[in-house]
Amino acid sequence: MMSKINFLRPDKNNLNTFLYLGSFLFFIGVLDVFFNSFFSLNLTGFLPGFLSFLFPLILGFIGLYFIRIEFSGIKQLDLLNKHINTNNFNAVLSLLIIFVIIKSLPPILSWFVIDASFAGDTKDVCTGSGACWTYIKVWMRRFMYGMYPNAEQWRINLSFIALVLMGSVGYFATDRFKKYLTLYYVVIYPLIAFLFIFFFISGGPVFFDFSYGIIAAILSIILGFFIPAKYKFYYFLIVPLALYITLKYFIFFEEYVELGKLDGLNWVETGAWGGLSLTFIISFFCLIFCFPIGMAFALGRRSNFPLIRYISVGFIEFWRGVPLITVLFMSAVMFPMFLPEDFFIDKLVRAIIAISLFEAAYVAEVIRGGLQALPRGQYEAAKSLGMGYWKMHIFVILPQALKLVIPGIANTFLALVKDTPLIFVVGLLEIVGMLNLAKTNPKWLGFAMEGYVFAAIIFWIICYAMSKYSYNLEQKYKTDR
Amino acid sequence: MNFKLKDIVPQLITVTAVVLVFGFFTYNAQINMENRGIDFGYGFLSQESSFDVQFSLIEYDGSHSYFRAYLVGLLNTILVSVIGIIIATILGVIVGVARLSPNYLINKFAAFYVEFFRNIPLLLQIFFWYFAALRALPLPQDAEAIFGVFFLTIKGLYVPAFIWQNFSVFFYSIVAAIIAIVVIRIHAKRVQENQGKQIPVFLISIGLIFILPLLSFLIGGVGISFEVPVLKQLATTSFIYEGGVSLPPELIALTLSLSLYTATFIAECVRAGIQGVGKGQKEAAASIGLTPNQVLKLVIMPQALRIIIPPTTNQYLNLTKNSSLAAAIAYPDLVLVFAGTALMQTGKAIEIVSITMFTYLTLSISISLLMNWYNKKIAIQEK
Repeated sequence: MMSKINFLRPDKNNLNTFLYLGSFLFFIGVLDVFFNSFFSLNLTGFLPGFLSFLFPLILGFIGLYFIRIEFSGIKQLDLLNKHINTNNFNAVLSLLIIFVIIKSLPPILSWFVIDASFAGDTKDVCTGSGACWTYIKVWMRRFMYGMYPNAEQWRINLSFIALVLMGSVGYFATDRFKKYLTLYYVVIYPLIAFLFIFFFISGGPVFFDFSYGIIAAILSIILGFFIPAKYKFYYFLIVPLALYITLKYFIFFEEYVELGKLDGLNWVETGAWGGLSLTFIISFFCLIFCFPIGMAFALGRRSNFPLIRYISVGFIEFWRGVPLITVLFMSAVMFPMFLPEDFFIDKLVRAIIAISLFEAAYVAEVIRGGLQALPRGQYEAAKSLGMGYWKMHIFVILPQALKLVIPGIANTFLALVKDTPLIFVVGLLEIVGMLNLAKTNPKWLGFAMEGYVFAAIIFWIICYAMSKYSYNLEQKYKTDR
Repeated sequence: MNFKLKDIVPQLITVTAVVLVFGFFTYNAQINMENRGIDFGYGFLSQESSFDVQFSLIEYDGSHSYFRAYLVGLLNTILVSVIGIIIATILGVIVGVARLSPNYLINKFAAFYVEFFRNIPLLLQIFFWYFAALRALPLPQDAEAIFGVFFLTIKGLYVPAFIWQNFSVFFYSIVAAIIAIVVIRIHAKRVQENQGKQIPVFLISIGLIFILPLLSFLIGGVGISFEVPVLKQLATTSFIYEGGVSLPPELIALTLSLSLYTATFIAECVRAGIQGVGKGQKEAAASIGLTPNQVLKLVIMPQALRIIIPPTTNQYLNLTKNSSLAAAIAYPDLVLVFAGTALMQTGKAIEIVSITMFTYLTLSISISLLMNWYNKKIAIQEK
C-alpha cells in the first residue's frame, strides 16, 4: 500500500522511495565531485558558476536528508545514519569531508606515485610534475649516515644490528635468567652500547688497558669469595674499578695517555657523523642518561632534607623554563668557557649532556607525578617492614610509581626523539640537517619538498611506533587497584 | 638536640658538591676570560648595535643600542607566541571537540590530524612550511588578490592597514563596553542569587560590544579607511607591494607550524577534559530540566575546564619556548637577534646566553603564574 508522500518529512512508510531517491541524489553529488577531481570534467558547467560549485553539496544534502529515517529496519542504513548522518549539521560536515578527500586524492597520488620519477641517478630524469624520488635515492647514504665515509658504513650497520640483537635478549631469556634482566638492561647493555659506539663506530683511541683490567677482575673475583653475601652487590659495584685505577695509576704509575687504536679501523671524527644514524645514537644515549638523572631529581624533590629539595626544585624549574635551543647554545658557546683551557669535550658529547640534562628535568616531573599518586599506605607499609630509604624506594615505591607513569615517560622520550634535529645549533647534522645541506647543493636545487616529506615519513613511523609500543606497555603493566 | 648527624651529612655533601662544581666553573671562566682579554659586564647593552633587523615591531636600526635590539627580539618572540597561542587554542578546541563527535568521519578526520602533526618534529614542520610550501607561492607580480585586498606571495602576506580617525574615541567606547559588561555580570549574578531571576547576560554583552563602538562611529566622529597594498615595480623583474601591512614569510611559516603542532596537544587536553566529566553529571543536569546549552555551559564546561587548564598551560609554555626555533629560519626572534647576531658581534657569551635564558625563564614563569591564578579562580571552592 502506498501512503501519501510528504517530501519534507521522510518516513518509514515510503522507505523504498526515499531510500532510492536519497541514494540516487547522494550518488550524483559524489559522482560530480569525482569526475571533476579525477577527470577534470565539469558536469554541471551549464549552471551559473556559484551554483555549479555548490551543486554536489546541495544534492548530497537533500539525499542524506531523504535517507535519514529512524528505525528503518535496514541494519546498514541505521548504522550509516547513526555514524555520519545524525542531523543536518553532521550531514553537511560529512559531505564536506567526503568531498575534500575525493578532491585531494588525485593531486596527492599524482605527486607521490603517478607523475613521480624513480629511475636514473641524475637530476635530468626529474622532468615530471611529481616528486623526484631519484633525489632521495641518490642522497640516501648521506641522509642515513651523514658524512661518514662510504667504505666504513658497515661499521654503523653492524653496530646497530648487534645492539638490536642484544636488546632483544629479554624476549628469549628463560625464567632462570629473568631476574638478571634489569641489571643487564640498566648497567651492562648501555655499557656495551657505549663501547660499540666509542670503539667501533668512531674507531676512537683506547684508554682502557685490558691487561690491568683482567688482573683487576681476577683479583676482585678471588677476594669476592671472602665478602659476606650482604655486601656483595656493593662490593662488585665499586671494587673492580677501584682496583683497576689503583693498579694502573698508583702502583705502576702509568701515564694517562691513549694506548693506540683498534687495528684496521679508521678514526672517524664525530663531526662526520650524521643522518638518521646520528638521530638514533643521540636519542639512545640521551634516553639512557636522562632517566636515572631524572629519577634522582624526582626523589630529591620529594626528599625530607630541605637543602636537597631546594636544589632539586631549582634544577628542575630552571631546565623546564628555558628552550632547548638556548641550552644547546649554552653547550656550544658558554660551556667551553667554564672548563680548563686544555680540557676539550667533543661537541657530540656536549650536545648529549645538554639534551640529557634538559630532558631529565621533564622526566623528573613525570616521575614525581607517579610518586605523588601512590597512597601513603605504601610508604608506611614498607617502613613498618623495617626497610630503609633506598630499599623502600627500589623494591616498593619506584616499581609502582614507574608503572603509573609509563605514558608520561613515553611522551617525554617521544619529545626527545623529536628534539634531536635541534643539534644543528652545535653544528651536527642529523637527517633534517643533512636535508638542508643537500637542498643547497647546486646540482640538486629545488627538491626541498621531497626531502622534507621523506624525513617526515621516517619520523612519523618512528614516533607512531613508539607511542603504540608505550600504549601496549601500559596495557601490559596495568594493575587494577 | 634537634639536629641529627644523619640528617645533616647528606645535605652537606650535596651542597658541597654543588658549590664545588659551580666554583670550578666560575674559576675556569675567570681564567679563560683573563687569558682571552674579555671582561665581564653588561655595559655593552648601551653600545651602538650597528646591525639591522628584517622585521621589527618598534622603530629600530643599526644606530640603536644592543638593549633596543634585545627588545626587538623579545617583542618578536612575544608576537609569535601570542598569535600562536590564540590560533592553537581555537584549533585545538575545535579538533578536541571533533574527536568526541558521534560522526564517524569527523571523529576519524580529527584523529588523523592529531596523529599526523603530533608525530613529526616541529623543526621539520617549520622547514617544510618555510622552505617547501611557502616557496611554491607566486611572485608578487603574479599573485592573485584574495577578496581583492589580501596578497599572498612568496615575499609574504600583504594585508590592508587600518587608518583611523579619532581612534581614542573608539578605544574608549570599547573600554566602556567592557566595563559595562562586567558591571552587568556582577549585577546579574546578585539578582540570580537573591531572586532566582535570570538576566540574558550573554545577549546583552554581545549587544553592548557591538552597539557602543557602532555609536562611536555614528556620533563620536570615528572614521576608518583601509590602505590597500599596491604593486610597485622596483626594477624590470623586481616587484613589491607598498602600503598596508606586510607579514614576512618567516612569521607565517612559524606561526602556522607552531599552532598546527601545539593544537594537536591542546586537542588531546580538551578531549581528556570533556571525557573526564562523569556521565552522571550530564544526566543529572538534564534530569533537573536544564536545556542542552545550559548543561554544557553550567555543568560540563566548568568541570571540564578544571581538568583542561593545567596541561594546556604546559602547552602554552611549550609553544613559547618552541618559538625559539625561529632562529632556524631566520625569523628575528630573541634567540636569533640577541643570542645569534649580538653574541657574534660582542663575543659576550656568558652575559648574553644568561640574559636570554633568564628572559625565557621570566616568560615561562609569568605565563604559569597567570594560568595558576585563572586555575585557582575556577577550582573547586571547598567550604
